[in-house]
Amino acid sequence: MATQQTASAGRALVSPSVILLFIWMIVPLVMTLYFSTLRYSLLDPDNVGFVGLQNYTSFLTDPDFIAALINTLVLVVSVLIISVCGGILVALLMDQPVFGQNVLRLMVIAPFFVMPTVSALVWKNLLMNPDSGFFAWIAKSLGFQPIVWFTNWPMLSVIIVVSWEWLPFASLILLTALQSLDEEQKEAASLDGAGPFSYFGYIVLPHIARAITVVILIETIFLLSVFAEIYVTTSGGPGVATTNIPFLVYKQALLNFDVGSASAGGIIAVILANIVAFFLMRIIGRNLEG
Amino acid sequence: MGSIQLKSVRKEFGPVNVINGVDLSIENGEFAVFVGPSGCGKSTLLRLIAGLEDVTSGQVLIDAKDMTNVGPSQRGLAMVFQSYALYPHMSVRGNIAFALKMAGQSADAIDQKVRKAAATLNLTDYLDRKPRQLSGGQRQRVAIGRAIVREPKAFLFDEPLSNLDAALRVQMRVEIGELHEALKTTMIYVTHDQVEAMTMADKIVVLDRGSVAQVGSPLELYNKPNGLFVAGFIGSPTMNLIKGAPAAKRGAETIGIRPEHADVSTTAGEWPAKVRLAEHLGSDTFVHAEADGIGPLTLRLEGEAPLTPAQTIYVTPREAHLHRFDKDGRRID
Amino acid sequence: MAMKKSTGERIGITVLAWLVAFIIFFPILWTILTSFKSELDAISMPPKFLFFNWTLENYTEVQHRSNYLHYAWNSILLSIGANIVGLIFAIPAAWSMAFAPGKRTKDLLMWMLSTKMMPAVGVLVPLYLLFKNLGLLDSLFGIGLVLMLINLPLLIWMLYTYFKEIPNDILEAARMDGASLINEIVYVLTPMAVPGIASTMLLAIILSWNEAFWTLNLATSNAAPLTAFIASYSAPEGYFWAKLSAASTLAIAPILILGWFSQKQLVRGLTFGAVK
Repeated sequence: MATQQTASAGRALVSPSVILLFIWMIVPLVMTLYFSTLRYSLLDPDNVGFVGLQNYTSFLTDPDFIAALINTLVLVVSVLIISVCGGILVALLMDQPVFGQNVLRLMVIAPFFVMPTVSALVWKNLLMNPDSGFFAWIAKSLGFQPIVWFTNWPMLSVIIVVSWEWLPFASLILLTALQSLDEEQKEAASLDGAGPFSYFGYIVLPHIARAITVVILIETIFLLSVFAEIYVTTSGGPGVATTNIPFLVYKQALLNFDVGSASAGGIIAVILANIVAFFLMRIIGRNLEG
Repeated sequence: MGSIQLKSVRKEFGPVNVINGVDLSIENGEFAVFVGPSGCGKSTLLRLIAGLEDVTSGQVLIDAKDMTNVGPSQRGLAMVFQSYALYPHMSVRGNIAFALKMAGQSADAIDQKVRKAAATLNLTDYLDRKPRQLSGGQRQRVAIGRAIVREPKAFLFDEPLSNLDAALRVQMRVEIGELHEALKTTMIYVTHDQVEAMTMADKIVVLDRGSVAQVGSPLELYNKPNGLFVAGFIGSPTMNLIKGAPAAKRGAETIGIRPEHADVSTTAGEWPAKVRLAEHLGSDTFVHAEADGIGPLTLRLEGEAPLTPAQTIYVTPREAHLHRFDKDGRRID
Repeated sequence: MAMKKSTGERIGITVLAWLVAFIIFFPILWTILTSFKSELDAISMPPKFLFFNWTLENYTEVQHRSNYLHYAWNSILLSIGANIVGLIFAIPAAWSMAFAPGKRTKDLLMWMLSTKMMPAVGVLVPLYLLFKNLGLLDSLFGIGLVLMLINLPLLIWMLYTYFKEIPNDILEAARMDGASLINEIVYVLTPMAVPGIASTMLLAIILSWNEAFWTLNLATSNAAPLTAFIASYSAPEGYFWAKLSAASTLAIAPILILGWFSQKQLVRGLTFGAVK
């Protein structure tokens, strides 16, 4: 399709971006790899030495790491379940003929556009504060003791905040997929005598299966890197109750100033993310064919 | 100053050979039509001349100068695209003026030329409209106007009439023909419609799977097709091709007789046949018949012929118009 | 599924939908309300809903005491600046991939998208050290550079999808009309792609505005945008809910408005086209 001229122009025009991204990807990553093999702490910057894979073994055998890994998985899986199931329900609801659709959509999608630091602090203080928070008021009105969210149920609290942030994303994507479902299929199904549940199970669900997969994969990529919400609410605590892998690496790097250990942790985080990305790329790749 | 020559031009898209060594010469002022079935490479050939695609090997010469490696913006050719390819964000005036603007001409000169082109094409009232506010025929004219205003060495038309309805197509065919008369500039026209080819061309190039099957004037191709492919392509309805005894009798593997060159009688004739269907158009009657031992025949009779299905008729070909082809499908003279 | 819903059913579903939407939206609504309360009203139990002394004191305090505008300005500079620079790289790159694709173009695109999936902590250490040694910590340039790089794949990807929707023969017509490559991009491609470019910028600005990893770790005060400013409320002094609410409302309002207009782009951009 292109001539030689357009082909060489094409190469010239895309090179700057490729070079930039290449440097951005490769250089820091290689440096992280390098640092991960060193004993290097900013608190003791002269005592730097090569220690091979020692940082990895100590990082991986550190009980904090196991806790962080579990927390990461718990966070990701919980938010996925809540946002996807909730998202399906919300999308089904929004797909109905209701009055004031536009305003409704705005309300449902809004949380996704709130910056994570705002979300986390608003939830922690205005809603979940055990003395004067909104939930405390609801609990007391019903005769219960208010839950001390972030102290007694720190992980759950973080999960709630992050789910609130991501439910709109799932709802929007699933709603878009739902709306591509033919009216005629619905009519055919009802003529065939399908009740609402079979209609959902046999027609709706398969149709949005692809969208669900995409939502799961994309959310996973982002959920593996949850940081700000933890940073402003619990700082990973109490203890390591809400420390996930990103936060653990951050702690090592910018709180303990242990460059070697933090680098090893960073590489481990990259490996984890790559596994997910591999599957995501397969799906997108299939779509790029079209 | 608009002669175009192609020398041993080949084009490959990956492993696929789309153009297989084409040699062609188009004289200044000629109206040449590239015609052939889908996939024969006619549009590709046009694009190679335009410079929108690179040749894999061979040369493209414009006015005897080698333009093979020159970009499309410098070849001095103008193209009218099948989809018109008008700039949607510019008015008609802007569309027509664009090339002149690119050439750096003065605002006055541009204005004058645009007006003139618009007047020639009856577009003066639409100069300030955007393409989306125009009908198909009007857009077609803007596309032509855009080409005219550049005073190119040659016009290239890529199936420009396929998106128009039948009546408009006939009208535009005439207008393009008249344009050619007025401007006397070389025009290369690509179509799959052999009626357009026959009516508009000075010279027809019939393409078959990337190679030139035959080049000649419309009547040459009609009267002396050089092979089965061209014989079957030119002429509507298609020429009747007959093998077997009637062909052998005349010293050929296959003989061809056009529907309009056979006599039909209800009493006597060379080939007995049964009428399957008679199509009455008023001006002509097309008779589809099944001839004994020969196969299906299509015949064209002038005026109204009162023939009905299952009727027996006798078909006799007029020997002067009979074509003979050998076992390789080539013409025997 | 019944096709014709009775009015009763329709009302029932409407009520349910509004209830659900209201619950989801509630935290934002509550924040906005609280921003107009005095600090004492903000922590009062039972909570005051609509009947309290509405005041603007928090908004003025947030500016007076903590120089809100400084952070807002940083957010604006960073979000818009980083993405405009990004566009300068992304438009030619997207042109190249859409109109002059090679054998490797698809792979290239996928690779670019994959850089977006690399976890930030993987490069936190070297970047932090690099910035420290180059004096880029807490600098608008440094943070802007990072924001630009993390958005570049998205910009290229989205522009690519919009460019692909432009018929190639219009660009060929421009070439036949004597337009050089630059002319082609400036006079024909860009005007036709303006809606797509605008949509892409919209989404990119929103994502940069809300970015809360690099802005938290690489900025302290000078270059700190709103994300970091709000984060300072995690270790507050005294009563701060009303002020937090005011600061939050100001911080999220522009994005809520922009976000409303960018729903379609969100679906296109963040699902990488996998969902149409």
